Amino acid sequence: MKAYNIIDHEYDVVVLGAGGSGLRAAVGLSEAGLKTACISKVFPTRSHTSAAQGGISAALGNMGEDDWRWHMYDTVKGADWLGDQDSIEYLCKEAPKAVLELEKYGVPFSRTEEGKIYQRPFGGMTKNYGNGIVQRTCAAADRTGHAILHTLYGQALKHNTEFFIEYFALDLLMKDGECKGLIAWNLNDGTIHRFRAHTVIIATGGYGKVYYSATSAHTCTGDGNAMVLRAGLPLQDMEFVQFHPTGIYGHGTLISEGVRGEGGYLVNSKGERFMERYAPNAKDLASRDVVSRSMSIEINEGRGVGKDQDHVHLHLSHLDKSVIENRLPGITEAARLFANVDVTKDPIPVVPTVHYNMGGIPTNYKAEVLTMNGSEKTVPGLMAIGEAACVSVHGANRLGSNSLIDLVVFGRAAAKRAAELVKPGTPHEEIPETETQKCLDRFDKLRSAKGDNSTAELRLSMQKTMQSKCAVFRTEKNLKQGVDEIGKTYDGMDSISVKDKSLVFNTDLVETLEFDNLIRQAVATVDSAYHRKESRGAHAREDYPKRDDEKFMQHTLAWCDGKDTKISYRPVHQSTLTNEVQYFPPQERVY
Amino acid sequence: MVQLSLPKNSEIKKGKYFKDKTGSKNLRKVNIYRWDPSTDEGPRIDTYEVDMNNCPSKVLDILNKIKNEIDSTITYRRSCAHGVCGSCAMNMGGKNGLACTTPHAEIEGDIDIYPLPHLKVKKDLIGDLDGLYKQYQSIEPWLKNNSTKETTEIYQSKEDRAKLDGAYECIMCACCSTSCPSYWWNGDKYLGPAVLLQAYRWIIDSRDEERKARLKKVADELKLYRCHTILNCTNACPKGLNPAKAIAEIKKMLATANV
Repeated sequence: MKAYNIIDHEYDVVVLGAGGSGLRAAVGLSEAGLKTACISKVFPTRSHTSAAQGGISAALGNMGEDDWRWHMYDTVKGADWLGDQDSIEYLCKEAPKAVLELEKYGVPFSRTEEGKIYQRPFGGMTKNYGNGIVQRTCAAADRTGHAILHTLYGQALKHNTEFFIEYFALDLLMKDGECKGLIAWNLNDGTIHRFRAHTVIIATGGYGKVYYSATSAHTCTGDGNAMVLRAGLPLQDMEFVQFHPTGIYGHGTLISEGVRGEGGYLVNSKGERFMERYAPNAKDLASRDVVSRSMSIEINEGRGVGKDQDHVHLHLSHLDKSVIENRLPGITEAARLFANVDVTKDPIPVVPTVHYNMGGIPTNYKAEVLTMNGSEKTVPGLMAIGEAACVSVHGANRLGSNSLIDLVVFGRAAAKRAAELVKPGTPHEEIPETETQKCLDRFDKLRSAKGDNSTAELRLSMQKTMQSKCAVFRTEKNLKQGVDEIGKTYDGMDSISVKDKSLVFNTDLVETLEFDNLIRQAVATVDSAYHRKESRGAHAREDYPKRDDEKFMQHTLAWCDGKDTKISYRPVHQSTLTNEVQYFPPQERVY
Repeated sequence: MVQLSLPKNSEIKKGKYFKDKTGSKNLRKVNIYRWDPSTDEGPRIDTYEVDMNNCPSKVLDILNKIKNEIDSTITYRRSCAHGVCGSCAMNMGGKNGLACTTPHAEIEGDIDIYPLPHLKVKKDLIGDLDGLYKQYQSIEPWLKNNSTKETTEIYQSKEDRAKLDGAYECIMCACCSTSCPSYWWNGDKYLGPAVLLQAYRWIIDSRDEERKARLKKVADELKLYRCHTILNCTNACPKGLNPAKAIAEIKKMLATANV
């Protein structure tokens, strides 16, 4: 192996990722006086939080009565009872505070006549425990994520957060089951950096790119999730992949649920508003798994639109021009650019598209990473937040606008918890050199890879398999094929090829390292799906169409050693955090 | 002494030619600026013949196709692929824009792809934006308001909020600043359209209590008044924003306000 010069750093806390949750954590940590580094493979405002459109949920009650308990009930039901209710209580109770804080940071929220933050209806958000629609989703037009991300970056600058930008993280440094830091590669000059930290907070987002058609950015490769797997720790509930009902057909660009929140609706080839049949009360604002399945059924039964009858139409031309102009300008632009549609005249062609990973790194509501060792244990020195984490507040299906609130509430919680655990300036322990060596061996092996399989070919094969074998509807047979095919693709890594051997901005190698991360998560996802023999939330098994609370009211935990997985389960938390609300026992889930 | 000859690395040589291997009849030639700092070689233009029958509509699709199928070493930034993250800003057919939203059909003849103009190049199509980011930091892009009440929001009328439209949407892709001749010459001192648009965004936010101080801070011959209303910025903005107008508004405020 070539010798790599290593540049050492010492920080109280290292945040990996600079999207909404990473930045919110970094701000809190800097405020608490902890020496904080924030590492990101892209400049912070390029993070995928910028793509969030519709809004951020919080029971502010600006547009009629609301209560955080109603929000909690909706989230529990949306999650199909797989969410941990202590965490969900924390999320919904803290949400209003977190949004007001964002407003004070300067987020340019849209406004009501009275000058308050504007809130719109969103899927699954109801009043009085499922009785009628509530306006709970705070919006900055249809660019809420962009507005929040840029504002949070400004706050981080205000607090002089130290950024390491365009650094690609390679692996965690572990010692006796505790996390002691991480190693990253500086793309700007090709140097290798070792960060020692008392706490590492993983905020690396989702891994939508394991699928062929996703609203996710090219950079959504779940790097932190894969680092956790390589550290010998499990990922949780990976089978729960959200298909957003309205990705632009053929391109995958997201069209916000806010469109339906503002009165848009879906139509099949017969011109029917078919959601009325599947969800008589909520109709087009049922939760996303329900709408995506309904669309898939319409298409499968021959009522899709277009030449191949393989998508449906989203109508919004009936909406008031001013509503489209003021509240949906971003999707108007997206529809024009990617579907060649003028939304004031024509419907948008849409199809369910991979959008969000409910699964990820298991944590408690304080953002501390969990593992199972006889019973639930925290992993000292390691935290996870945002889409990378599985708190689990979204359970088997996330409600729209609950992800942005998840970012800021748990970003904040992680900073608070780290401030309790870490005393500024505590000296660092030595980490065994073998950890560094192991990480650089993998790096060097991929860098010098001279096989016959291109990264792009292997990635495509993985994406196609996931798209066809682990989609909206799943069966035992399909999933088994999926497990086998993903295993074969994994083996293809043995003769992968990397043509660029340099160290500065070697994006050939970056994509290969990202593929190494993706394929491990594909393994965990398809195997977790294979083992869950029930239907719950986004995981719909045609051969097991019912939810099975007796066997599966449990979180899946998947450990992966290469392509070999070990699946185990941990019980869903069936209690609340305080007496301010009672546990919501499982019910039949109808919208 | 004034240096009259160009530095050696500013000469761009003809590079490799990648001939089509698919047998497609529908080919386009794509010329891409290449430079790798790890070698001693100067910059070059590589040419790729690309099968357009199997290529979606945007310039980014061409780049991805080349990287995936022809030459995995070409280097460029990209992320969201739908015009919100600002990563893939570059110069295509002589115009700045986002590769993910620029249709290749709009470019006639061979497709020339270069990094954003007048930036130091890090590698291939990746420009160095560190200077622009520092300038962004210098305008203190955060709300200055002393309200400390945690339980209430700062109210803002619909009209006041509407003033932020056209400013807060900026994705910092730098298409505007790197199209501005004034920024080319004085990029180290002139803030340029992207950063001035952001300065404007905070100056006109009704919730901000430091409007005067913000105005004073940019009221500088170099920082602000190097704008000579050339309007390349507005022409270049892939989000349809109008930085030139924002700069004019700042100048107007300074001319009329007692700062």
